[in-house]
Amino acid sequence: MRVKAIMIRILLQLAHDKRTIGLMILAPILVLTLMSFIFDGSDYHPKIGIINAPISFVNKLEDSDVKVIRYTENDAYDVLKSSKIDALINFESGIPKITLEGSDPSKSQAVIKLTQNAISKVTPTVKPDITYLYGYDDMAAFDNFGPILIGFFIFFFVFLIAGVAFLKERTTGTLERILATPLRRWEVVIGYLLGFGVFTIIQSALIAWFAINILNIMMVGSFSLVLLITILTAMVALTIGTFISAFANNELQVIQFIPIIVVPQVFFSGLFDLSTMPPWLQSFGHFMPLWYSADALRNIMIRGKGWNDILFDVFILILICIIFTLANILALKKYRKI
Amino acid sequence: MHGFFCILKMSDYSLHYFLIMPQERSNAMENSINKLIPNSACIKIEHVNRSFGKKQVLFDISLDIPYAQILGLLGPSGSGKSTLVKMIAGIDNPTSGQVYVLDEKMPKLSTMNKIGYMAQSDALYEELTAEENIKFFASLYKLTKSKQKQRITEVMNLVNLSDHLKKQVKQYSGGMKRRLSLAIALIHEPLILILDEPTVGIDPVLRKSIWNELYKLNMNGTTIIVTTHVMDEADKCTNLGMIRDGRLIAIGSPDEIKRTSGSNTIEEAFLYYGGTSK
Repeated sequence: MRVKAIMIRILLQLAHDKRTIGLMILAPILVLTLMSFIFDGSDYHPKIGIINAPISFVNKLEDSDVKVIRYTENDAYDVLKSSKIDALINFESGIPKITLEGSDPSKSQAVIKLTQNAISKVTPTVKPDITYLYGYDDMAAFDNFGPILIGFFIFFFVFLIAGVAFLKERTTGTLERILATPLRRWEVVIGYLLGFGVFTIIQSALIAWFAINILNIMMVGSFSLVLLITILTAMVALTIGTFISAFANNELQVIQFIPIIVVPQVFFSGLFDLSTMPPWLQSFGHFMPLWYSADALRNIMIRGKGWNDILFDVFILILICIIFTLANILALKKYRKI
Repeated sequence: MHGFFCILKMSDYSLHYFLIMPQERSNAMENSINKLIPNSACIKIEHVNRSFGKKQVLFDISLDIPYAQILGLLGPSGSGKSTLVKMIAGIDNPTSGQVYVLDEKMPKLSTMNKIGYMAQSDALYEELTAEENIKFFASLYKLTKSKQKQRITEVMNLVNLSDHLKKQVKQYSGGMKRRLSLAIALIHEPLILILDEPTVGIDPVLRKSIWNELYKLNMNGTTIIVTTHVMDEADKCTNLGMIRDGRLIAIGSPDEIKRTSGSNTIEEAFLYYGGTSK
């Protein structure tokens, strides 16, 4: 009977917490839906640029659903560099020269498999000459999504810790107490930003260093640019985390926000290839901060790109940071009008 | 319930203030004194109502608190005392009505600089040491380094915690946390001191020494507002406001309250005023 009493009590407690019920049902549905979008996508059809190739070869490629685009020698490399196509094929004196974009090992594999298949049917004796623009031939999948994981883990942990820290400040009454002093609201928010800022500089430096030097993740760009992006990611996570904590009443409720705020970002940040998804779904990624930090980190670490190519990502990350900082200052109005 | 039984005149306490005004009070105090017209109060509460959603917790409270008195707000838990003092401290706003402190409408940051507030729950950073806590609050009031040092020694002596400065607050007992909260409320020598149930969990000896200190501050011109539900503390206040179910049911000196209700103790008086509400 005591067991029954406990069971009923737990059910009653749950019934009083409508949000937890909603989350326990809706969150798995949301996550499963996202997974189905990602893994249910049709087969990947590579986009291959052709400069010069026998027509029979091109037909064979098109038969296996490759999207073939013709380029002149002049503009082909620019298109490849901007990662708009997966590979470029040029027959020079009968030998097919394949240049792979190379950032994503699974795409490179698909291109190699399809082209070798086509070549063996057209000119079986020739061996293609394969080179990589980015990456290298035995590049591990981890090299490809490692930069995203760095961004993700920094985002995730700063989000959690900042959210819980600010929540604690509310629930222990210290927030109210400090607002009883002449402290201004923006001073609270900026103070938090700077305090955690110092901490996250150390944190992101360590994580990035560990991934690059210990895990030997591919890194051809500048370490200081990687650091810039990881710190910005941490600042974004911090401002979003403290903002979200205003809507939670205890630590558990902060955790409940993870499937809503963090998990979708993982799916859309490029960890999974989204190019088989309908374009309107793909564009969701552009509303997610992690998309921008993942994009920048990949450009720096795999493609060795510099300041100019990540400028837009940096701009967006700073913008998100400013918006949520202002939102935090406004949210404190709930505790003190001025 | 019709609770407004007796609103007593308190203008005589304003006079009292001028008699004991010591020289070392700050200029800010002088200025606000100069601005005073006779009978102007230190804190004015005008027709304050406060609702949280549909639940109204304060009903049309009007109260003038003269300078340099100890006002005790007496009432059972949940009666709305804390909500009322939070409005005076500037961290809560009336749904309707106004609160003026030192002739300024609250909340106002410059006025909050002159208020010391001790919350009902010990709002302390448990993982920090007592010293780190008090230094943090001292910096919020922008005290200089040397002033901080001097004031920390003074207030920590006052609450008998000088030997425990380096201890983490986590290791403090309930009473020690209360005392540290009080020390923090006093750190910037406020003109007005708002204490929300300051002596909960403090033993009688220390409680007596804290009250002696409150008297001393009061004699130096500090206006003190204390909420309590301990009846014997009520006797120690200059004036008493009795709050029940969000209404101010009586106000006056402890003796006046006892006299008008025909009671021998504050407790009886409280039952007399509040008894009809049930």
